[in-house]
Amino acid sequence: MTATDTHRAIDAVWRIESPRLIAGLARIVRDVGLAEDLAQDALVAALEQWPQSGVPDNPGAWLMATAKHRAIDHFRRNARLERKHEELGRELETKELAVPDLNAGLDDDIGDDLLRLVFVSCHPILSTEARTALTLRLLGGLTTEEIARAFLVPEPTIAQRIVRAKRTLAKERVPFEVPRGPELAARLSSVLEVVYLIFNEGYSATAGDDWMRPTLCEEALRLGRVLAELAPREPEVHGLVALMEIQASRSRARVSPSGEPILLFDQNRAHWDRLLIRRGLAALDRANSLGGARGPYALQAAIAACHAQALSPEETDWQRIVALYGALAQITPSPIVELNRAVAVAMAAGPQAGLDLIDRLTAEPSLENYHLLPSVRGDLLVKLGRFDEARPEFERAASLTRNVRERELMLTRARECAGRSTSFTN
Amino acid sequence: MRFMVIVKANKDSEAGVMPSQKLLAEMGKYNEELVKAGVLLAAEGLQPSSKGKRVKFSGEKRTVIDGPFTETKELIAGFWLWQVRSMEEAIEWVKRCPSPFEGEAEIEIRQVFEADDFGSEFTPELREQEERLREQVSAKK
Repeated sequence: MTATDTHRAIDAVWRIESPRLIAGLARIVRDVGLAEDLAQDALVAALEQWPQSGVPDNPGAWLMATAKHRAIDHFRRNARLERKHEELGRELETKELAVPDLNAGLDDDIGDDLLRLVFVSCHPILSTEARTALTLRLLGGLTTEEIARAFLVPEPTIAQRIVRAKRTLAKERVPFEVPRGPELAARLSSVLEVVYLIFNEGYSATAGDDWMRPTLCEEALRLGRVLAELAPREPEVHGLVALMEIQASRSRARVSPSGEPILLFDQNRAHWDRLLIRRGLAALDRANSLGGARGPYALQAAIAACHAQALSPEETDWQRIVALYGALAQITPSPIVELNRAVAVAMAAGPQAGLDLIDRLTAEPSLENYHLLPSVRGDLLVKLGRFDEARPEFERAASLTRNVRERELMLTRARECAGRSTSFTN
Repeated sequence: MRFMVIVKANKDSEAGVMPSQKLLAEMGKYNEELVKAGVLLAAEGLQPSSKGKRVKFSGEKRTVIDGPFTETKELIAGFWLWQVRSMEEAIEWVKRCPSPFEGEAEIEIRQVFEADDFGSEFTPELREQEERLREQVSAKK
């Protein structure tokens, strides 16, 4: 194996082992920042030694043992400063190093530690950006540079975010534990929010972007799947995984050969990834089988599942989608949900029914500059033959959208309306 | 990135010899690890080629041929589909697989074409990984 091959192999080992390594160390030293430093020290040792000695049979165990030795050195060095560190050092030596085999029977511990790391990385005391960067770093094993490129932000910005995040966690003495009882729901919610945010960053990437961006979808999916095994009895985890699998299934159909986005209604469904759809439906089943009322992710996934199971837009079960949006509106009411519900109602019960709902939204301040509102209204008016009223809607939509192709599309539709106008005046 | 990871057939798998309880348990645990890592997309075992068929295409002619097929080296016994970040990660995971058969076994790794793929050897990713590692080592020294 050449040095380059070994480096790449070490990189792969790091990607696989680093989250568990950091999680296990964080439990011992009770500080996520210190845990990562110790893990990085072990990586450096591996980079120095493995090119000569070869990659060990159990690289995870090697890294953990190396990091623990560094931890003992660290605490010994600080023993003069604080008694507590000395105690920890001794505790480490006797308790932790006495366990030689990291494989047998410790899977539960590692699972728990990983879950602890997830909750701490996504702690609500940190800003969303800090949580995202820290999660991608500690649980995704991404470098600062990779994270920076993925989020179109300078590298020093990400580096600072991560440093400050670790400092905040230490300063606020955030405990390295899985929240319990009433706290769990809210804390889990912030975890899922981070994962979905990462997914959407990747999902919104366009052809010209850095190649790191679309890989965010894969990262988020992987994190979601890992979480589904760490917290298998949480329905919203499976709901989020289902939503991401099904959305990701449309990746190949979403973009035209020239790089333009294609709307769901116009996508070639033969390009939908059936494997991901199957996985998404299975995850949705898991969410549903856990019982209880459906949460927002499970509901959104159920809506996505309706589309995924329809061979064409016409064969979509719109009634079901209407009901699902109704349920979603109950738990996370928002004008956007209402708008989507109106579109579904129009498909299920005809354009007038949809228009009645849309007209209630025209005064909504948050939708004032949202181009999809006039776009949808125009579309429904066209279906009702009211071309004179539809044209100004499309023109308004064209003026509000920042997407060049969308603007052209809206202007084209406006022109078509002028052509079909029932009046002869202008 | 996606990879198909293929377990090549051998005399035993073609003879329909079932894996031992021990191997089944080890494989089960390994698949569990793949699931827990968020890496496993699909996994299937294939029945021996004695139950299989081939369809030969020659111009407009289609000929159906019954198994078994004699070139065991070319046959497959099972496959996984994995989502990992690099070929190296796929290799590392394969190394951790319990040997699928007693004695010799071979597992092949093939990358799946994605929509915008131009071939894995030339991705900037691999070159950058290498640069990054070099930087890390020199920065720490």
